[in-house]
Amino acid sequence: MSPRIKFLLALPVALALVTFARAEIKVGDPFPALAPAGVVAISGAALPATDGQVVLVDFWASWCAPCKASFPSLAKIHTDLAPRGLVLLAISIDEKPAAAAAFAKKLAPPFATLHDREQKLVKAVVVPTMPTSYLVDRTGKVRFVHDGFHGAATEKLLRSQIESLLAEKK
Amino acid sequence: MRTSPVLSLSRSLRLSLFLFAALLAACSSGCTNTNLVRVKPWERATLSDYTMNPGRDPLARSMAEHTFFSRETATGGRGVGGSGCGCN
Repeated sequence: MSPRIKFLLALPVALALVTFARAEIKVGDPFPALAPAGVVAISGAALPATDGQVVLVDFWASWCAPCKASFPSLAKIHTDLAPRGLVLLAISIDEKPAAAAAFAKKLAPPFATLHDREQKLVKAVVVPTMPTSYLVDRTGKVRFVHDGFHGAATEKLLRSQIESLLAEKK
Repeated sequence: MRTSPVLSLSRSLRLSLFLFAALLAACSSGCTNTNLVRVKPWERATLSDYTMNPGRDPLARSMAEHTFFSRETATGGRGVGGSGCGCN
């Protein structure tokens, strides 16, 4: 087989692999690492340690009204469950770093606010809506996905799911 | 009678071309997916901007309404109350 034919055969296979690589992160999938995706803390501090921890990853944006509405609930969850081992990471997907920083400064949440500067992580995760939160267990696997924020119902559900993951052995 | 150019190719080359065509068709089927032309959730910053709201300027809106009324001899029909029945 000539090299030209081999190339023509390999091209669609490569395209197919790229298509599969952009699949949406679902329950049971490992959550991608933050640092390689270029995620940084808005405050400039180091990224919080997440190994072996129950982690709630929340994607938000300064222009997203439900995201703003979700912050007080997330703050309550963080205040109650962080002492028991929950790590809450709120990741902005804003294209403008200043907008993300201003939003974080205004709301001043007690949890870590990060920024996906190049939107690499959100593109790898393929969030279905804004906001979306992923509850990751101690082994790094996604166990629950929450599309959108629906007030007290979401908060109650998140609490019970986080409690169940915290109860699992390390 | 002239033979087809494809039939004049060697068997392995014909097989390769067939496989290539099949793979290309399988991959291209994704192009019909409507998700590909939708704005992704993380790309909606501009769409959610205040300036994208057509009703952001009450004066401009009332002027537009007046234009529609003058041209169409009808008003309302854009919310509760009024109608576009042409009876005014």
